Parts: sequence; C-alpha cells; structure tokens
Amino acid sequence: MKFTLHVWRQAGPTAAGAFSTYEATDISGDMSFLEMMDAVNESLIERGEQPVAFDHDCREGICGMCGMMINGIAHGPMRATATCQLFMRHFTDGDAIYIEPWRARAFPVIKDLVVDRSAFDRVIAAGGYITAPTGGARDANTILVSKSDADDAMDAAACIGCGACVAACPNGSASLFAGAKIAHLGVLPQGQAERRQRVLRMIAQMDEEAFGGCTWHGECHEACPKAISLDVIARMNGDYLRALWTTHEEKQEQGAG
Amino acid sequence: MSARLDARIPGGPIAEKWDRHKFEMKLVNPANKRKHTILVVGSGLAGASAAASRAALGYQGKCFCFQDSPRRAHSIAAQGGINAAKNYQNDGDSVYRLFYDTVKGGDFRSREANVYRLAQTSLNIIDQCVAQGVPFAREYGGLLANRSFGGAQVSRTFYARGQTGQQLLLGAYQALERQVGLGHLRMYPRTEMLDLVLIDGRARGIVVRDLVTGEVTSHAADVVVLATGGYGNVFYLSTNAKGSNCTAIWRAYKRGAGFANPCFTQIHPTCIPQSGEHQSKLTLMSESLRNDGRVWVPKQKGDARPPNQIPEAERDYYLERKYPSFGNLSPRDIASRAAKEVCDEGRGVGPGGRGVYLDFADAIKRLGEHTIRERYGNLFEMYERITAENPYRVPMRIYPAVHYTMGGLWVDYNLMSTIPGLHVAGEANFSDHGANRLGASALMQGLADGYFVIPYTVGDYIGSTKLERVDASHPAFTDAERAVSERTATLLAIEGKRTVDSFHRELGKVMWDYCGMARNETGLTHALEIIPQIRDEFWRNVDVPGSAAELNQALEKAGRVADFLELGELICRDALERRESCGAHFREEFETPDGEALRDDAHFSHVAVWQYRGENQTPERLEEPLEFENVHLSQRSYK
Repeated sequence: MKFTLHVWRQAGPTAAGAFSTYEATDISGDMSFLEMMDAVNESLIERGEQPVAFDHDCREGICGMCGMMINGIAHGPMRATATCQLFMRHFTDGDAIYIEPWRARAFPVIKDLVVDRSAFDRVIAAGGYITAPTGGARDANTILVSKSDADDAMDAAACIGCGACVAACPNGSASLFAGAKIAHLGVLPQGQAERRQRVLRMIAQMDEEAFGGCTWHGECHEACPKAISLDVIARMNGDYLRALWTTHEEKQEQGAG
Repeated sequence: MSARLDARIPGGPIAEKWDRHKFEMKLVNPANKRKHTILVVGSGLAGASAAASRAALGYQGKCFCFQDSPRRAHSIAAQGGINAAKNYQNDGDSVYRLFYDTVKGGDFRSREANVYRLAQTSLNIIDQCVAQGVPFAREYGGLLANRSFGGAQVSRTFYARGQTGQQLLLGAYQALERQVGLGHLRMYPRTEMLDLVLIDGRARGIVVRDLVTGEVTSHAADVVVLATGGYGNVFYLSTNAKGSNCTAIWRAYKRGAGFANPCFTQIHPTCIPQSGEHQSKLTLMSESLRNDGRVWVPKQKGDARPPNQIPEAERDYYLERKYPSFGNLSPRDIASRAAKEVCDEGRGVGPGGRGVYLDFADAIKRLGEHTIRERYGNLFEMYERITAENPYRVPMRIYPAVHYTMGGLWVDYNLMSTIPGLHVAGEANFSDHGANRLGASALMQGLADGYFVIPYTVGDYIGSTKLERVDASHPAFTDAERAVSERTATLLAIEGKRTVDSFHRELGKVMWDYCGMARNETGLTHALEIIPQIRDEFWRNVDVPGSAAELNQALEKAGRVADFLELGELICRDALERRESCGAHFREEFETPDGEALRDDAHFSHVAVWQYRGENQTPERLEEPLEFENVHLSQRSYK
C-alpha cells in the first residue's frame, strides 16, 4: 500500500511548526502505524533528511509512551487502541494521513511529535498514591476486597497515562486521567484513609498545571486506548464535593514530653 | 575462587542466612543518612522500588530514566503474574518449595543463598503491594486469587488480569512519586547514563546526557545502583521495549564490573510469530495462556489444511506427549526448544512454517467463553489486533522469541558488583535465575531486590565504608564527560551510508542464527568472526543525522547499538566457552539421547564472569564455583 503523510514538523519548543508531506510506499497491512513511521524515517535518513521524532517504547499498547493525532483523532481511528497497536490494514491504499502531536496547553511540544507530559507525574506526586512505607505491611489476605470492587479498581487502574484524554478534550482537561487514579485507589479499603486529601491535592495540582476543566464532552473516553469509563470522573467529582464539605484544617502535631 | 569474586554468602543454615546477615549489618544514624547521596539508574520494578524505599529511609536520592516518565519502564509490559510462596491455596507450597523450584528451574546454575532469600521475601512483596493498592485478582469471598504458571505444580502466582507488571510498576511508581512530591527524591526523566565514574576504585557517580537538550553532566554520589533491565535487544527482535538497552551495564563492565553468564538468554515460547521483514519487535503472549491452551502441530509434514479441518487423531500435542507430568506447563526453555524442533521437522504452521498452535477450543468447551474472556480477554484482544485472527474461533499461532536475560553484571550476596559501591538490581544483575528463569519470577526478583534487599545492603556499605566527599568537579568526572562528548561527536562525524537500524538488524540476525535456541561450536566461531566485521563497518559507515545539542533519537540509538555490537561478541564467546547444555543455553554437541540438555557439572558448575581488559583484548574468564548443599544436583525432568 501507499500513503501520503502530512506530518507536523517542529524543530523545538519555541520554533514555528509546519506540515511536511512524505510518501510512504511499500506498506504492508501487517505493519503497525509506528512501523510505517519507522520505514518513512529510514528513507528520510537515507535521503539525508532529519527523521521525524516521535515517542514510543513498548509497542504493546501498555507503556503509554506513544501517541499522535492521526487525522485529528488521538491514537487514530480504532477504538480502544494505542497508536502502536494500530495496524495499517485499517487504512485504505492511497489515503492521505495527517499526523500531529498531542494538542494541549499542558503538554508543550518538545520536537515534532514529541510532547512534555511531565504534568501527569506531578499530579500523581501531589497525591495519587496510598502511603505504604516499605516493610511492615500486614498479611495480604487480612484485607478483604470484594471481587466487584477489585474489578472496578482494576478497570480504572488500567490507565496507561498516555495523555490521549487530554489531547482529545476540547478543554484540555486531565479529568479522565486523574479520575482513573482517584477511582482505582478510592474503591479499595486500603485507599480510604487518604481519600479526601488525595482528591483535593490532585485537583489542586491539575489546576496549577495548564489543564482545563471537564464539561462532559466525553471525547476523552472515546480516545482512551483502555476505554476508561466516564464513571471515574463522576466519582472524582463526588469525592471532591464530599472532601470540600468535610475536610477541615489538619491539626498541628505536638511533640509530647 | 578468585579473590575478586567473593560472593560473601553469610554462614549458617540456608533458612537463617538472611536474618543473620541483616542483624550483622552496619546501621547508619538517621541524621547521617541525609548526608549520603544514592543514585538509581532505571525506574522499573527494581529501580522504582529501590529509589522509593531508600528515599523513605532519609537518604538523598536521585533516579534516572531515559523514558519521558518513570512509569514507562518495561516492567510495565509484564503480563502474567508474580510468584509468592504464600500457600493460600493450601496445595503444598512453601518457601522451601519455591526455592527448590527456582534452583531446579534454573538448571542448577544459580546461587542457592540468593534464591532462598528471594523465596523468603516473596511473602513480603505481596503484602507490600496490596498495602499500596495493587488491584490483584480476587475470589468472590474477597481473598486473593492465584493461578499456576510454567515450571511449577502449585498455584502460587498472583495476578492483575494480564497486566500484572503494569499494576506492580504503578504501585512502585506511585511510591516513588510520593517521595518526589515530599522533596526526598529527584527524578531525571529523558536522561541517559553514558558512563560510570570511579574514584579510588569505588563507584562515585555517573555521567548522563539530557536527551532533550543534549547537555552532558555529572552526578556524584556515595552509591550507584543500576537497575537498567536486560539486554535482549542485542537480538534486535525481542519482546523488550524498543528503548531497552545494555548501555549502562556495558559502561560499568568497561569500567571493571564483571559480567556474569552473558550467554544465558531466555527465549520465551509463546510469542506472536514474525509477520515480515518490517517487524520492529515481537509481542509476547503471556505464559499463563498455557494454563488453558493446548499446544499442537499437525502430525503430517507440510499439512496446509486450516486447523479446524485437521482431525484430532492427526494432531500432535507434543508437549503433553513428551512431558506428561508438566505437559503444556513445561518450563520456558523446554517448551521453546520443542517448538523449534517440530518446526525444523517441517511441521510448523503459518507463514514460513515458523509457528505452532495454542488452542483454546477445549478450554472454551469446558469453562465457557465467558471464563476464558475473563482470564485472558486483553491478551486475546491484543492477539486479534496484531494478527487479524480471532483466537476464540481459530487457534493462536505462536513461536518462541527472545524475552529475558538471566545473565548480567555479577553481584555478591549484597547485590554489589565487583566495583565497590556499584550495586545492581533486577534483570540487570545475574543473580537468581541461573540458566533459565521460571515464569512470574522476574517481577518477584525486581521487587525483592528493590524493596527488601538493596535498602539494607546499601546501608551496610555506607555504614561500613569511609567515603571521602567528592563532587562533580573532580577530574574523574570531567575526563568522563569529555570522553562521552567525544564519542557522540565521533558518531555524528562518520556520515556514512547505512542507518543505525540496518546494523542493528544485521547483528540481531547473526545472534539469532548462531546464538539463539540452539548453539554449536562452528556457528559460534563463525559469529565471533562476523560480529567484529559488522562493528568495524558500523564505525566507518553509519549515518547518524542531526546534532548533539537537541533531541536526537538516531543518536541515542547509535550509542546503544554500538554497545550491543560489543556485547554480542561477549555473549557468543561465553556460549562457546560453556561446553555443556544447561537451561536456555543449548549446545547441540551436548544432549541426552532423548534430546534434552546435558549438563556437565564436573566442569561447569560455576558462574562464568568476564572481566574487561581493554579495547581489542580478549576479556578474562573468571569462575565462581556453585555449591549445592540443599537442592541436590540432578538431571532436570519434567516428564
């Protein structure tokens, strides 16, 4: 198969970007989208041009490193599929394909299709965890978790942190990402102690980063390679309201004696 | 035993060694901990858990990874599960049995004391992970669920659907990010270690390149921990992530760290077969599938009928036939070799005849499609996405692929390499799996090393060593920085005709053909002649576009492939010198009459450790003898 690619090229964070057009030839339907990009890059290097920079690593749809806007859709046309798991058999010979980086204020472009998603790490660092210092944990089977709670937690925990939700959202909101972590930890008995402060801190950090608010477009769910449910956002909002109502200032610890 | 290879195994009965050792360790006063800096390179299970645990103890910590976030490390892709000797199923498991299975599964080429400690700490790992909120699979009553896995007859594998590695890594990542948020740890993503710096014979820091700006800088420390994973990508096609590389451990090797058993590379039996020359990586299908899938090929050579038209009587369920007691759950090395054998006989299926069926029809009939979907849904989906075939209807096609490297930097019982102050954790070290790793043991080892071993042993090193203060202005750092920048400049200046990938593919093919599932003297000798030629051409004719002062992925790859071109030679040399078959290392000259691996315990019951002696010098081969006091040496049998 043969494709005409219009690829966003941008030399650096502050450089102006523009589309460049390349022909991808001899593409087999068994090639993944990234393998097609590899082939284009090999031919660019052979012609003495700069290859297109794009992030990728595991190529199994789990590490969350890859991601591009393909014809305006985050991760391309297949539902619940990361870019690396998108195969060229789903395109028609001769198609023109537009390829751009994630478009979101919170994810500045580093080069070509590579963006900076470190804001996600900072949201997790703000509260996306259960405090459990190494050592001293009690026997695992003393904490009972019903199968349905474990399943709900796992559904939310499947998030790969790729950023497609933010890129797809007209507001550039990270609500699906944050909601997924809040739901995963908040469903489990282990996550209850920090449930209120977790949601308050993560949302405060999202606001500090340049993410927008959620206005229920649902585009995030459509783009999500793991099809994370919008329920997680509802849960996050519920937790947030409850936390606002019930949280009061932390009491100062006093040294005794 | 060479003085350089003191494994420092504590005395006493095997079950008491670790407790006794922990008690005898030197402690560091909490007020002094913050005066010490510890660097962790790599943020996978071993790296993230080590960095988080030690930052929590109060040390100054820095952690480095080449990906854009620590959560991307390739541990994330592990599917099937993690072993622990909890015996929750009451099916006869125990610490001793896990220890026994692991030593036997490794074909008696691992160190007993290390393996026993691994089995002991497996219990704490599950507790720790549950406390962090890892959503392991549960029974209806709320208790943890288990599944069985290759090489074991008990059900001791804990899992989170087919995404166990992801969930364990996210647990460790969240613990790490918590320390970052508290200001106890600094994370350096998109940063690649390019050299190790020694001062007075001790590891005192690293030189790194910022992959976004290209800036080369140094970080001084009291201890360096390498948790940089395996080197399977030396084969080009493997189940590893594209970025997985050997550079950090290779630089450490060239600075004097011994490299142990490089030829022990695991070929995983259940991967999706290669579909063409364009292929950039191979995808694993979790070994857990062998719990319910049955492996078969047609009895007839060249049988081109679709699988559903081949009657039961004309199918050869060769694992069940050859290994009736373990059947489809035979260990990985055995299952892989058996697949190669039937394909070599011309009975392979799919394009090129390099594939065997993994058939779920019986399991679907017995348990219903719903149960199978619940157990393996995401794996089936992944398979269908890649092959466009529906495994609920037609059997999967699978073929072995390079997956894991048991070899790695040599470490003593404290996980310290031959360079004082350089510790190595997870797949990057050689310690626990001998010549073959059992399924669901890599996650266990990564977390055991990171959560429960390194935090103790690094403290002991700091507490018992007088460390002068050094900083990055020391000439050893500036010299190393200069060498790194010069190497980069050399790569960019070659301006040859071939891409980095073309060299990598060429090396990978040589490795696979001559040092893959079956090896022999002629082939290995041949590979040792060709690899230096490829390397020579690489340094004359590679084309690395762009500059050093920017994000330059071709340059990153070039540096890694240059190192693979050296490591590949060492792997073949090690495979040639180990004149026996054991585990994943199968030398065609050494097999039993029925085609199984034939060990030579009289001559090779040791760890082979390679010591670098300079450019173009043959490295020195040292030996650490292995003593088996608890599990008696025997011919492995899964029949």
